[in-house]
Amino acid sequence: MGDEKESKYTTVSIPKPLYEKIKARIEGTGFTSVSDYVTYVLREVLASLEEEEKEEVFSKEEEEKVKERLRALGYLD
Amino acid sequence: MVSKPHGGRIVRRVLSKKTKERILGEVHEYPKISVDHSKAIEIENIAHGVYSPLTGFLTQDDYLSVLDHMRLTDDTPWTIPVILEISRPDFSEGDAILLYHKDQAIARMHVEDIYRYDKKEFVEKVFKTRDANHPGVVRVYSMGDYLIGGEIELLNELKNPFAKYTLRPLETRVLFKERGWKTIVAFQTRNVPHLGHEYVQKAALTFVDGLFINPVLGRKKSGDYRDEVIIKAYEALFRYYYPRDAAVLATVRYEMKYAGPREAVHHAIMRKNFGATHFIVGRDHAGVGNYYSPYEAWDIFEEFPDLGITPMFIKEAFYCKKCGGMVNAKICSHSEEFRERISGTRLRTMISEGIQPPEQMMRKEVFEAIRSFSNPFVE
Ligand SMILES: [Zn+2]
Repeated sequence: MGDEKESKYTTVSIPKPLYEKIKARIEGTGFTSVSDYVTYVLREVLASLEEEEKEEVFSKEEEEKVKERLRALGYLD
Repeated sequence: MVSKPHGGRIVRRVLSKKTKERILGEVHEYPKISVDHSKAIEIENIAHGVYSPLTGFLTQDDYLSVLDHMRLTDDTPWTIPVILEISRPDFSEGDAILLYHKDQAIARMHVEDIYRYDKKEFVEKVFKTRDANHPGVVRVYSMGDYLIGGEIELLNELKNPFAKYTLRPLETRVLFKERGWKTIVAFQTRNVPHLGHEYVQKAALTFVDGLFINPVLGRKKSGDYRDEVIIKAYEALFRYYYPRDAAVLATVRYEMKYAGPREAVHHAIMRKNFGATHFIVGRDHAGVGNYYSPYEAWDIFEEFPDLGITPMFIKEAFYCKKCGGMVNAKICSHSEEFRERISGTRLRTMISEGIQPPEQMMRKEVFEAIRSFSNPFVE
């Protein structure tokens, strides 16, 4: 089990002064390690980047079919 | 823009008519297993993208990752194991099988993984208790000893008495777009609306374009409000008290797990797939008994900066005689003696005795809609 857990993580390098800065910053917060904090921030950043990407579009035909049902049910006029 | 689907795209796993007919013509060639009503509903939810990005039931890697990290192996937040259990497999990994409910073929499944699992570990991580009195725990204890993972494809849907109230993520997304809503707050419920609910919903709606009321329909406990009662009660509230262009009522079939905080995140993910950008998280959301502290379901959201839907934490509302209206603890400075709290139990008693609750508890029109049923409660 321990080995398996190990393999789920990998190492990245960050400048030492930055590491120290983060370490100081997370003191007394809910973050228990610099790794926790960095993971959190990276997830947040990636998610916000993904949000800016264009939304998948469905075909006009498909959309019309959906609208037809929505009209029939009274959701659209 | 409405919310991006969880994991990037709306999953659709509904077979074309042609393929479906072919498969149904050769059913004898497939191993079969039967699934209960609640599992059949989950299959529909997967197939229509309510559980995007899941395309089927969890394989072992994803299952363990959900238990240990509340994420799929690709790091996507996921808190509730969506799993298919069997007592003993008579097929192998790599096989395609058919899933039946009673005598109806529901789906084809491509079995990728067959594995055993630890029920105690499951309940401890998901429900935070091993207590067999917990309704979710007892359910897990009664499950088969194996789980099977793999993609599904929908063949048939269960009969749905509320089909005309049921919208799929694709449909709500088109609907929200047509309405011109960019920000949408979703509200999950399995109750008839009282003034407290209305207050919370309207407080949230004040800050967004649209309100999406999404009651969950499905198996209930005795004493719960019947599905049709919940719908009629909300229809009454909508007709008399909600702006027509700012609120939508649509249902989803789903069976509560009572997993408290983990399930609150799951509920949020489902609504994100419907296109909601915000989600109201209630006090003791998805809780049962005293297994979770009242605001535990709020704290868990801190672990998901990448959830892609914004939780809205609004304290439960009450009537304050001094304030002269519906308020919540955050905005009312008065002591308990001036506050009239709405008790679900008390409302239930009044309704079953035919007594109209006071105006500051329930709208008259809502009460009348409920009372139009000879028995509004599940036997
Ligand atoms: Zn007050």
